[in-house]
Amino acid sequence: MSTTTANLLYLVTIVAFILALRFLSSPRHARLGVQIGAAGMIWAIIVTLALEEVVTGFWWMAAGMAIGTVIGVVGAKKVKMTAMPQMVALFNGVGGGAAALVALIEFHGVWANIGDVGVESGISTVFSALVGSISFAGSLVAFGKLQDLISGRPITYPGQQVGNALLFAVSILLGALAMTSVSFWLLAAAIVAASVFGVVFVLPIGGADMPVVISLLNAFTGLAAAATGFVLHSNVLIVSGMLVGASGTLLTTLMARAMNRSIANVLFGAFGKIDTAAAAAAAGADGGTVRSATADDVAVMLAYARRVVFVPGYGLAVAQAQHDVRNLAELLEEKGVDVKYAIHPVAGRMPGHMNVLLAEANVPYDELFEMEQINPEFPQTDVSVIVGANDVVNPAARNQPGSPIYGMPILDVDKSQNVVVIKRSMSPGFAGIDNPLFYDPKTVMLFDDAKAAMEKLIAAVKSV
Amino acid sequence: MSYQLVTELTILVLAAFVGFEVISKVPTLLHTPLMSGTNAIHGIVIVGAIIVMGTPHPGLFMRVLSFIAVVLATANVVGGFVVTDRMLEMFKKRPDETS
Repeated sequence: MSTTTANLLYLVTIVAFILALRFLSSPRHARLGVQIGAAGMIWAIIVTLALEEVVTGFWWMAAGMAIGTVIGVVGAKKVKMTAMPQMVALFNGVGGGAAALVALIEFHGVWANIGDVGVESGISTVFSALVGSISFAGSLVAFGKLQDLISGRPITYPGQQVGNALLFAVSILLGALAMTSVSFWLLAAAIVAASVFGVVFVLPIGGADMPVVISLLNAFTGLAAAATGFVLHSNVLIVSGMLVGASGTLLTTLMARAMNRSIANVLFGAFGKIDTAAAAAAAGADGGTVRSATADDVAVMLAYARRVVFVPGYGLAVAQAQHDVRNLAELLEEKGVDVKYAIHPVAGRMPGHMNVLLAEANVPYDELFEMEQINPEFPQTDVSVIVGANDVVNPAARNQPGSPIYGMPILDVDKSQNVVVIKRSMSPGFAGIDNPLFYDPKTVMLFDDAKAAMEKLIAAVKSV
Repeated sequence: MSYQLVTELTILVLAAFVGFEVISKVPTLLHTPLMSGTNAIHGIVIVGAIIVMGTPHPGLFMRVLSFIAVVLATANVVGGFVVTDRMLEMFKKRPDETS
């Protein structure tokens, strides 16, 4: 099959991908959309196998696809919903790695033989190789941080940003040299340098900023795939890569806005590192009185409330407490309590993380409310229950101009009649900032692991 | 600048606008499936991996590199679609509202 015919047939795939994203606008059709997308992908693979330039290596391909399928299916089926961010990071990384490899091999196979590289193809090759490698290595570090293999705290050292910038410049320089001298090994060296840059680029970024990082790396892999499309003159790669690039960019901006910080501040600010000492001092200074409660006290409060809003955070994911929260909510609903869930855009470790967890626990999605929808309802809420969230409900973001998170949009739980905070200890949240909500006279603290607390509350509510 | 490059750049820019347009309509509720779904879509590099594997190359080393690219891209595609489908299966409305 000629490239022209193939490009015509690839249009089916392009339409399928756009429809897949289009169908994601409503949870009702979303699943159908993903299946259309998968069909489009299978179609693209069939068309590619029929290309006239694809003449050899079919057994290698079959073996590679078999291995890749096994890895993909096992990974996708086994992963817990709480571990979804690291899974997404991992799949993102392998995609970036594949894009970089394709650019490298194409460079070796075609141009190294011809002995000349045009400027246009050269730029696309270097872009695809470098951005793909950054995405590959960066995603692996993000995976390590989310999986707790590497400390989630920002890792910083003197001269970090200058060193990183130099490393980035070196990888571009190596790439450019590789193109002018048509040297395979120089491009390989550039890929190694870019991979090291990917690692040191993500290391100083803290765990709670992962929603931004994962979105950004997603965009990177998409752009690397699009650049590969320029190298191979494949429209389907260009369009699909750019669709992902657009999606990743949009999510990155949304996440940064939800934290009221610039993307640059998230990436280079090493947030949560600098603030720890200052916050500890502040906590010592104005440590007001904290009211601690037992599960029985809280159970009475919940059972006789008219409206209860649950505010889940990363702590819920860590404790795997989503099913217990749902059981408690159902129990309360049986008693006639109106139950809702308030989801902050950056709760958890990736965009929409909490929605997926609660969906897993069979919470109907019409009980999940976004920040803008639920905030006006807090004054009419009898009890807000904070499960493993901290910074996203910190009123300091609203009323303490000196606070590092000042200006970040938060869930106004402090406006509800009563607040219950379920937390293991008084330790500050990720940002290392003290939370005045804990000292609010309306607040009671229930010191326990989220899951254990939910189990005790369920037992206590049953006996009320 | 070649004619082909200009055409390809045009496609790229139009795809960016289509992408922004379509994705801005995705509700925050579905941001995680959006992310893993787009993850699966960038697995389209499998097309590139198949092309470089299927084009005759001298030497075993290039074959091994191409093979790795095929494995990585396939894992990306399959894992991405399966995990997205698994997630979306969970999003349900209240059971009593059969709409």
